[in-house]
Amino acid sequence: MPLNSKIPAGELAEKWEKYKSTCKLVNPANKRQLEVIVIGTGLAGASAAASLGELGYKVKTFCFQDSPRRAHSIAAQGGINAAKNYQNDGDSTYRLFYDTVKGGDYRAREANVYRLASVSANIIDQCVAQGVPFAREYGGLLSNRSFGGTQVQRTFYAAGQTGQQLLIGAYQALERQVALGNVKQYSRHEMLDIVMVEGKARGVIVRNLVTGELERHFGHAVLLCSGGYGNVFYLSTNAMGSNVTAAWKAHKKGAFFGNPCFTQIHPTCIPVSGDHQSKLTLMSESLRNDGRIWVPKKQGDTRKANEIPEEERDYYLERRYPAFGNLVPRDVASRAAKERCDAGYGVGASKQAVYLDYASAIERYGKIEANKQGLANADKATIIALGKDVVKEKYGNLFEMYEKITGENPYEVPMRIYPAVHYTMGGIWVDYELQTTVPGLYALGEANFSDHGANRLGASALMQGLADGYFVIPYTLGNNLADDIRTKAIPTDHPAFVAAENEVRERINRLMSIKGTESVESFHKRLGKIMWDKCGMARNAQGLKEAIEEIKALRKEFWSNVRIPGEINEHNPELDKANRVADFLELGELMCIDALNRNESCGGHFREEYQTEDGEALRQDEGYMYVAAWEYKGESQYELHKEDLIYDVVHPTQRSYK
Amino acid sequence: MEHYNMNLTLKVWKQKNRNEKGRFETYQVKNISSEMSFLEMFDVLNEQLIAEGKEPIAFDHDCREGICGMCSMYINGRAHGPWHHTTTCQLHMREYKDGDTIVVEPWRANAFPVIKDLVVDREAFDRIIQAGGYVSVNTGNAVDANAIPIEKHEADESFASAACIGCGACVAACPNASAMLFVSAKVSHLAMLPQGDPERKTRVTNMIQQMDKEGFGSCTNIGACEAECPKGISLENIARLNREYIGSMTAGGSQNSI
Ligand SMILES: Cc1cc2nc3c(=O)[nH]c(=O)nc-3n(C[C@H](O)[C@H](O)[C@H](O)COP(=O)(O)OP(=O)(O)OC[C@H]3O[C@@H](n4cnc5c(N)ncnc54)[C@H](O)[C@@H]3O)c2cc1C
Ligand code: SF4
Ligand code: FES
Repeated sequence: MPLNSKIPAGELAEKWEKYKSTCKLVNPANKRQLEVIVIGTGLAGASAAASLGELGYKVKTFCFQDSPRRAHSIAAQGGINAAKNYQNDGDSTYRLFYDTVKGGDYRAREANVYRLASVSANIIDQCVAQGVPFAREYGGLLSNRSFGGTQVQRTFYAAGQTGQQLLIGAYQALERQVALGNVKQYSRHEMLDIVMVEGKARGVIVRNLVTGELERHFGHAVLLCSGGYGNVFYLSTNAMGSNVTAAWKAHKKGAFFGNPCFTQIHPTCIPVSGDHQSKLTLMSESLRNDGRIWVPKKQGDTRKANEIPEEERDYYLERRYPAFGNLVPRDVASRAAKERCDAGYGVGASKQAVYLDYASAIERYGKIEANKQGLANADKATIIALGKDVVKEKYGNLFEMYEKITGENPYEVPMRIYPAVHYTMGGIWVDYELQTTVPGLYALGEANFSDHGANRLGASALMQGLADGYFVIPYTLGNNLADDIRTKAIPTDHPAFVAAENEVRERINRLMSIKGTESVESFHKRLGKIMWDKCGMARNAQGLKEAIEEIKALRKEFWSNVRIPGEINEHNPELDKANRVADFLELGELMCIDALNRNESCGGHFREEYQTEDGEALRQDEGYMYVAAWEYKGESQYELHKEDLIYDVVHPTQRSYK
Repeated sequence: MEHYNMNLTLKVWKQKNRNEKGRFETYQVKNISSEMSFLEMFDVLNEQLIAEGKEPIAFDHDCREGICGMCSMYINGRAHGPWHHTTTCQLHMREYKDGDTIVVEPWRANAFPVIKDLVVDREAFDRIIQAGGYVSVNTGNAVDANAIPIEKHEADESFASAACIGCGACVAACPNASAMLFVSAKVSHLAMLPQGDPERKTRVTNMIQQMDKEGFGSCTNIGACEAECPKGISLENIARLNREYIGSMTAGGSQNSI
């Protein structure tokens, strides 16, 4: 099947406007007859479900948490980008588009990114209208901060809780539609399969996580808004329940998986403290605005940070990248930290950490503050005290979180940080309309592969999730459902529903009947270790080949020795987890296959064989300027389809941050 | 900070489902590191139980960063445990020492029935939001975000109320199992913004009506909710809710006096 990305003809800047004014529409009476299933209630799912409910579609939403408001979008800290140019600093739709394409190391689709940039401003308007309390200046207008990889201030934020506030806004819009009867919401429900009728996605099989019962739900269309799959690495900044199951089931029913190996590893996270570690906590990118990153110049230095004199510290980002210093993009910063630790310069008990130091920022802010207050001869102690107050105002909640987790006071000693898995740029392949290769099945938000290429810029995931849900899907879904208005709701005793349910039931029975000796958690940890060691921050052909074999073996072991306590027909978190880990054990293999296929380094995908003399990522535009879209052909069998990326407007160059 | 290991006794509420009676079970855990989070200690216990062929303890959690509001343990008589402004998932084991006994229960309230062990049903909170916790604005209706300036102080106050994570600790902490702090946080968040103004009266009335219908107790100004709230939602919010509520009942009540 040739991939058709359905990018409208015409000038880049006019494609979306033209699409919107010529796409097919569904009249209000017909909308009431059309049912839409939305899997996931994060920013993408909640915004889509609310908007479609407002339009009059009959919507059902599903999430595995106990409320739609708890989707993982809630944890986003730093902010959301929008080309408002409120700061008059030269921002524009084009510039946001350009920064995103470049940041993604030229592996994203121009038309999609341009649309994203062009609706970004509407998102902020919509959120403010809903009552999202963004940070404001004294004049009463909205405030902006800067983020990595850009030279303008276009990031809107609500302290360190931007994701929470945006999600609460979308959740409230969703609850309003529930109250009006346009949306029915199902919490503590997990989607376990897509139901296909005559080649189209027409429904889902879900498991009620309270009772364990399987349920069938019909929809004229199904929207996957199920988030990212970073938890394939076991340790990540994702929530414990984040999973690939919904996307993976879709993949097995014919939806191609795009660029599965593109993973973002975030440079500033709290390091692993021991074997018990269950998840990793992000320290917002905004901390790199003021903090300085360093390691000792001496290998294996065991002195405390504060005992190491200035001249014996290596501020390696400032040394290697004088132009961008501590503000290089995430992929570059992460690799540099790994390089220092691997070379034996790491700090802390595990030696797998570097320092993020606020001492000089505290002093700098303290001096400014002392000046402001007219304290010409302030002593050092006063300056430090004033500086700490300023830092507290800016980053207080992050410093507090660090202290709760580590027991160390970051105002006194430098923070220890290390890179961690954070976001997956890869995902279900979609066309311009967000439709997957399965007719009637759509993917939105982090679940799709679409807009971030090989590396996502900070504050752009929230933007994408809300763009997809509020402003794209309402048009593109209508364009397709206009042809479906004669399709009556298919009763769920249709053989396709029965067969799909049976398949799910059988798999659960199989899992429960293994009655082995090793816990789900233990398998998940082992998979994570393979992925992190061999498909993580640096990859090579040899390691990837080994990983593929190791994952296959582990999968076999899982299916013969996993132990799942409890029963099927009850609330059973171990069974929920087993369903998810079983899918990760398949996805992991595909990620390695994809990473092995891509003989180049780009963005977050770093193949050791492809680097410049000084260790930077070396793209191979000749052979790899494409989206790798994988088709499932049976266990361990995947067929590669290529969507060539054509750059009409931006000219790909080697990224340089020196 | 010195790290150490400890052995602990845990008394944990076990309850098969909504209908069956629950009871406390006692467990011993060994070699717990002071660096673990409280939930990681539970992970260790559950792995131990699975290895022994026993049933693990069901508990709610997701983000483990103190923001999703999913975790919910009542620890030694306190919702979310002993640390101020801290969710269960952010409590760490350096709080405890070798030989300690820790008692862990679910949120207890009629409106939050137990699903299993430490897991409760909090859908009543969703229904309270459905009753009016929103601004009625459809996608695409919005004016430019800077068209209506909002005084920084008001915006900050509104944000402070909007910081509620909907965890339900306030209900668990309250001897009357009142949901007043939760409801007042939402009413305040929206009442302090011009966007929330048009629906002010109906919002507060409908949300309170729904709260009563769900079977939450009434507020008698005890203040336990504020003390246990992980996000620092203050009693000021309840005072504001009361003013809003009275305002909504008086015809032509002075809605702008807050
Ligand atoms: C710690 C952290 C901080 C971040 N900070 C920022 C930031 O500052 N700015 C930024 O732009 N981005 C940030 N990101 C990224 C961003 O938050 C996410 O990419 C984005 O929120 C994803 O939204 P989503 O709607 O696609 O998915 P999610 O919010 O993850 O929602 C997924 C939904 O799918 C449901 N679901 C999943 N599987 C199933 C299933 N099988 N059945 C039923 N339901 C299912 C879940 O219940 C949930 O409702 C951050 C990410 C993390 C982890
Ligand atoms: S008010 Fe506080 S305790 Fe109550 S639900 Fe909100 S965050 Fe939790
Ligand atoms: S698990 Fe999310 S707040 Fe504790």
